Amino acid sequence: MQRHFDEDLAKLKTDILSMAALVDASILDAVEALKDLDASRARQVIASDRRIDEMELMIEEHSLSLLAQQQPMANDLRFITMAMNITTDLERMADLAVDIAQRVLEMSDKPLLKPLIDIPQLATVAQTMIKDVIEAFVNRDEALARKVILFDSQADQLRNAVQRELINDYMIKDPQTVSRAVPLLLIARHLERICDHATNIAEDVIYMVGAEVVKHHPERLQGKAEE
Amino acid sequence: MDNLVMKMRAHGVDFFYGKNHALKNINLNVAVNKVTAIIGPSGCGKSTFIRLLNRMNEMVPNTTLTGKIYLDCLDILSPCIDPADVRRRVGMVFQKPNPFPKNIFENISYGLEVNGIKNKQLIEERVVTSLKRSAIWEEVKDRLHDSALRLSGGQQQRLCIARCLAIQPEVLLFDEPCASLDPISTRKIEELILELKKDYTIVIVTHNMQQAARISDYTGFFLLGDMIEFDKTDKIFKAPSDSRTEDYITGRFG
Repeated sequence: MQRHFDEDLAKLKTDILSMAALVDASILDAVEALKDLDASRARQVIASDRRIDEMELMIEEHSLSLLAQQQPMANDLRFITMAMNITTDLERMADLAVDIAQRVLEMSDKPLLKPLIDIPQLATVAQTMIKDVIEAFVNRDEALARKVILFDSQADQLRNAVQRELINDYMIKDPQTVSRAVPLLLIARHLERICDHATNIAEDVIYMVGAEVVKHHPERLQGKAEE
Repeated sequence: MDNLVMKMRAHGVDFFYGKNHALKNINLNVAVNKVTAIIGPSGCGKSTFIRLLNRMNEMVPNTTLTGKIYLDCLDILSPCIDPADVRRRVGMVFQKPNPFPKNIFENISYGLEVNGIKNKQLIEERVVTSLKRSAIWEEVKDRLHDSALRLSGGQQQRLCIARCLAIQPEVLLFDEPCASLDPISTRKIEELILELKKDYTIVIVTHNMQQAARISDYTGFFLLGDMIEFDKTDKIFKAPSDSRTEDYITGRFG
């Protein structure tokens, strides 16, 4: 039976995709602004956050209305509640892009402390995770969502590498570098947090598709990945 | 079912109206002090099924029943069991409130008298306790001798529940008890069912899926005489295993 409710659900999905596209662009811009220490691009990132916040509110309101009107069950219930979770994660990712942009503004009047090697790699990992997790959401692809979660350890490793290098090779050896090293340290942290949010979304996609809770249960993920 | 004590067990039950195979190999356990909901589209056999649980089906001519139904360890279908004894232990409340055309007090006392209780004081005590337990006492205590037919639909339904409780059953069967009630009365009945499950085992047939989700612990989904799925209610409404259950509860059915 055709349901009008399906049109509402399709609209919700489209809205989440539009929001995800904005968030993705925002992170890309923040990373590009960093590579070129481009202050005007960093300011664009900060300005575009408002639109993302508005989308978050709009999607949340639509989801709440659907819960109230339809009292959804099963698949529909899981889709709407996970849509709300995913929206929250997307919004936080955009906030982290803003944080990166702010660090870029802090650094833009001085030359970079060192050529960036691991940070761009970390940015690539983050962007791959976002792209994959959104694809997993759209196609209800549980396997791809699992891959995204397992990918997160690369982000952690790169963040640690950046941290080690900045602290051991620069900050300890020459405390004069601290003011230029700290923003880079924070940027690595922001990027790694973006990956954590992508992981959250992947966990939500897995629950949405197959009702399996993998959040806080890494062993369930491992088990499936080995099969 | 998590080591629960089973109050009733249906084992390999088949039921026919003439040649129409209305229930097919139903195996369903009813846990003690839990609410078990039976859901499914019209004609799926859910009402037929709960009527078997107190042998109400025997009122319908030309039917055949095979399989076993146990109440505790008692085989209730055994020919040496008096259906009236089963019905005393397994009470039923119907879709449409059906009070007797008598006053409120007599609606309850009548069943006791029929069951041979003569002691006036005991009868009075039971009437009061039953009305209190069914959460209608405050509304009727000053007019016990008014006709029950003057009560609202929701009050009549709670009176019917009180009538059932007076006989001190162990299991309560509800066949769409809120189908003809407004939302407020429906909520009152639901609250009452949640209260009653502390002392009784409850089976409810309902068309209202939100109602099943709100008040039941276990849910069975019936379709065309088959029990498609039986599980914890939470599981059924969040993540059913069978796609037919999913289609029914999300309204995609048909």
